[in-house]
Amino acid sequence: MQQALVHDLAERRTLAQTRWQAKTQADVYITVGMGTCGIAAGANDALKGIQRELEARGIRAEISEVGCVGMCSYEPMVEIQARGRERINYGNVTTRQVKEIFRHYFDGGALRKAVIVGQVMPTTTESHSHVLHSLSFRSIDAGEQIPFQSKQLRIVLSNCGLIDPESIDDYLAVDGYSALEKALLEMTPEEVIEEVLNSGLRGRGGGGFPTGLKWRFARATPSWPKYVICNADEGDPGAFMDRSVLEGDPHSVIEGMIIAGYAIGAEYGYIYARAEYPLAIRRLQIAIEQARELGLLGKDIMGSGFNFELQIKEGAGAFVCGEETALMNSIMGERGQPWPRPPYPAVSGVWNKPSNVNNVKSYAYTPRILRLGADWFKSLGTENSPGTAVFALTGQTQRTGLIEVPMGITLREIIFDVGGGVPNGKQFKAVQTGGPLGGCLPDAYLDTPVDFDSLRAAGAVMGSGGMIVADESTCMVEFAKYFMRFVVDESCGKCPPCRIGSTRMLEILERITAGEGTMSDLDEIKRLARGMQLGSLCALGQLAPSPVLSVIRHFEDEFVAHIENKECPAHVCQNLITYRVIPDLCTGCMVCARNCAVQAISGEKLQVHEIDPEICVRCGLCYAVCNFDAIEIISPR
Amino acid sequence: MSKTNQHDIELNLMDEVFAQYGEEKGALIPVLQKAQALYGYLPPEVLQHISRRMKIPVSKVYGVATFYAQFYLERRGRHVLRLCDGTACHVKGTPILLTALEDHYHLQPGETTEDNELTVEIVYCLGSCALAPVAVFDGTVMGRMKQKTLLNTIKKRTDLK
Amino acid sequence: MPIHLTINGKHVTAPEGATILEAARANGIDIPTLCHHPDLSNIGACRMCVVSVEKARGVQTACTTPAAEGMVVNTMSPEAIETRKFVLEMLLTDHPNDCMTCEVNGDCELQDLVYDYNVKWPEHNGKRHQYEIDPDPNPFIFIDRNKCILCARCIRACDEIQNRSVWNFANRGFETKLVAGADQLLLDAYCESCGQCVAYCPVGALFDKMSLGKGRIMQVKKVRTTCSYCGVGCNFDLNIRNGQIVRVTSAPDAPVNGMALCVKGRYGYDYVHHPDRLTRPMVRAKWLDADTVAEQVKSGQWALFTEAQQRRASLSYRRTSGNGKSPAQDSQSEITPDTFVKTDWDTALDVVARKFTQVKKDHGGDAFALLASAKCTNEENFIFNKFTRQMLATHSIDHCARL
Repeated sequence: MQQALVHDLAERRTLAQTRWQAKTQADVYITVGMGTCGIAAGANDALKGIQRELEARGIRAEISEVGCVGMCSYEPMVEIQARGRERINYGNVTTRQVKEIFRHYFDGGALRKAVIVGQVMPTTTESHSHVLHSLSFRSIDAGEQIPFQSKQLRIVLSNCGLIDPESIDDYLAVDGYSALEKALLEMTPEEVIEEVLNSGLRGRGGGGFPTGLKWRFARATPSWPKYVICNADEGDPGAFMDRSVLEGDPHSVIEGMIIAGYAIGAEYGYIYARAEYPLAIRRLQIAIEQARELGLLGKDIMGSGFNFELQIKEGAGAFVCGEETALMNSIMGERGQPWPRPPYPAVSGVWNKPSNVNNVKSYAYTPRILRLGADWFKSLGTENSPGTAVFALTGQTQRTGLIEVPMGITLREIIFDVGGGVPNGKQFKAVQTGGPLGGCLPDAYLDTPVDFDSLRAAGAVMGSGGMIVADESTCMVEFAKYFMRFVVDESCGKCPPCRIGSTRMLEILERITAGEGTMSDLDEIKRLARGMQLGSLCALGQLAPSPVLSVIRHFEDEFVAHIENKECPAHVCQNLITYRVIPDLCTGCMVCARNCAVQAISGEKLQVHEIDPEICVRCGLCYAVCNFDAIEIISPR
Repeated sequence: MSKTNQHDIELNLMDEVFAQYGEEKGALIPVLQKAQALYGYLPPEVLQHISRRMKIPVSKVYGVATFYAQFYLERRGRHVLRLCDGTACHVKGTPILLTALEDHYHLQPGETTEDNELTVEIVYCLGSCALAPVAVFDGTVMGRMKQKTLLNTIKKRTDLK
Repeated sequence: MPIHLTINGKHVTAPEGATILEAARANGIDIPTLCHHPDLSNIGACRMCVVSVEKARGVQTACTTPAAEGMVVNTMSPEAIETRKFVLEMLLTDHPNDCMTCEVNGDCELQDLVYDYNVKWPEHNGKRHQYEIDPDPNPFIFIDRNKCILCARCIRACDEIQNRSVWNFANRGFETKLVAGADQLLLDAYCESCGQCVAYCPVGALFDKMSLGKGRIMQVKKVRTTCSYCGVGCNFDLNIRNGQIVRVTSAPDAPVNGMALCVKGRYGYDYVHHPDRLTRPMVRAKWLDADTVAEQVKSGQWALFTEAQQRRASLSYRRTSGNGKSPAQDSQSEITPDTFVKTDWDTALDVVARKFTQVKKDHGGDAFALLASAKCTNEENFIFNKFTRQMLATHSIDHCARL
């Protein structure tokens, strides 16, 4: 029976590989990026357009809906490959551009709005005679990797954009579930833990705790049943790494969780996913059902005698549920409030049973580590932070999107080489990592290597992968206030330091951005911060002051400007700015006056207008609608 | 038959939900989610009904329903506009969009117009940061939102002037 | 196996499974707490009990951290003290400054700790909650959410001791608020008014409504007594001011019930001082010697309880105002054989003994049937049992709770 089951899977894999070959080497092979970003940008309509165009041209093509390749600013993205020709990735392909790219690819026509992102090259990484398939992008003319991809190393994202996330056959074709097969049939649970430990994999949720060690603790607790939990409650604003993995490669997460279950002796798993990620949840659900159908979930998996079942738990909108104890309370249907550790989840977690909580990416790494070996993984990145880091690069850079880079790369390389630096000739000001619980660093720190320990030493954190770039138009005080407001909204309210401390700190920041702060407020912020760091129950409260403190540390002059000069250097804080018409540029077109909601703008047609600062509510609409850049923002004092 | 309560709420719509989740441990949150999907919000009668059927004290049902941002205990507008105030969107102009709504419709985040036409909400990051600032009007995601487009959309798709 | 650890340089032992807090308190070392109560589960929310543990990062909550072999604990480390002061200051930034008129002045755990740690009430322009005071018409439980420190002791008391789960928190963060049911009135939330929540409240957020303005801890004398409502034998403290019972408070060391009481025990004490309460034995005139009655009434030792008085007494239970008749009119009334005479205990008991003896002599012990009361204590019922079987010589004894 056992042989038969393994044999079945082998047979299915062969079949899947044949199908994969047939699909990717069809006369015409087209992929459409169907991540949330892509769909939001119009990928669904583009797909319909492609089908119409194929029909019109009488072309028979294989169309594959794939996950996100990470270059969000180019969405919707479409790849076309005719047999024997190069595979081209086009960006900005909304319905209207479909005809355009077909003309370009097949007839040599010119592109207008659509752009060529690059030539797509299937790449492979080999180790221990196992292969990791992925994609890379080269520029058409030079043949070099396009800048956005140049420093990237795709391991956990290797399947994103490559395979159809809703097809288990695609996953099998690129050796999916072979790590599970190896673990269940060739390795003992201890050996699996040993391998993960040897790889040096550190938890990708932000804490950086060695994953193998966590598994060892969970295995060591003699209680039963045990639970494997995947933390997919990615709540940091500006972060969408986990979403992309779940949307683009759900099976890798499931495979990682089954392996973890085998390693620690758990037969049940929960994936706790943000309810804001409906597509990720749907694709996970499909993947779970497919895995169940093939016997990869359920009883006696591959005849190994090991049972494992998996359930998705949807979050309901609470950032604090990214904290593991709060997450487990939420799984149990309670208010998502954390509990003080001990007891640690490995000893007593969900339903008071040993539980192992890891981030989405941590699980997705494990099948790759088992397949290509711990030494391979350890050879990547830095000594203490092996492997790659996934970041959602957002904010003020030329290119934004999801990137996977080897640990140890510098912030400068990410922001300027991968991201292309700050657009519109503006100056770089700061880079923020770790979201509301992280910190921001100024240009002096740009050569800091990106790994768990270096970032922490510099006063920022790795976090789960948000990286936001701010340019000179960002007010750092307002930036700090924004994060504090986020914390006030998301504090669970259980312990006084976080519940009340964050509110008091926000009040001070609001005072300062309103031009009513005093210099002693800075000391008060530091005092509140110290109390929150020391006294808060969970990491949310303990780390919540980090963004504010890092702004005070690196951009104190901006605080001083708000407090002493009542001035917002970046012209952001509404109470500290005023709008003015530049007489030389104003043509008297009346557009601003017509748009002004409060009738603060006076002036006859073809005469220079004037804004009454007493009436003006500083909404900025005039600034936005003026066609002649005749409105400027100034500090009133 | 069960429409004997104040808001004329068809409580037996929930029977299917209870059948699905039966005795499952920790099912309160998914049950509340399904209830909200059925009624659009969580009326008091439904909370009491869930408490009775699931044998969970109503204080706990209420505590959970008010803890999570996803749940609404009050009826919402016919149209819902959600503005993302995640970092990228914030940096790229959500505050200006909010000011426009305040100026034109006297709407603050979380509020509904008096005629029940439009509810405005803030969400933190929809994960579409490259399209910042992002607005979601009745479930349709709209990227690179500007004041004018936003106000036009409202004018076009609601009865508001 | 006992655990050995060091707390503030003192070597102590603790039973396995004990928390640092339990180990410390068992050895005479106090650690301040607010959300902890020995009767309730520990949640580690208030952060007052934080201590420094060698080799551990930051501070740990003593109420949730198990004592471990070889652990070195400092309960008064600079970090622990700084945290406590910060927590108290934060709590005060959202707390009224009205200890002068607060019902629990002198009996408030927050006030004591604020005093111990010398924290001043902070002036600030930020937000303080302004909840309605006493928003609930429940006749027994007074609520002032402005004083609530969200320690969740009431929630746990109601859930874990009383098993009613009436209370819970609603919302989150700074807007977290204590609510009954789905933010309903207590009675609508199936509250049975046992007042356990009040007993466990460390501050003045929940209080006994009947006792508002009647006297604070330093103004009352506490008298331990046993509840007279049923045979469980709950103990509690009557709070006496100027000879009047002004409040009932739980006695944590009560052997039977601990802190727990029911609505009758905690709030059913107003009958004690009711004007219509019978405080003397009454015997019908026909069983007494007529001359003695006349003599004793005249001297004022005994008194008559006429039918008119009886009627008025029963009426006054239903109507607060009298019927306009002055009591002077009744004092002249004639003594009939059935008139009640307020006598003294010796006289009354003599009558009973005489009659019992007569009945037993004439008809035997089985002519008696005795019913004991659920309101008596076990000791009283024990004596009653002995009296029935040994003195009256019958087994016909039963208990009203079986009726």
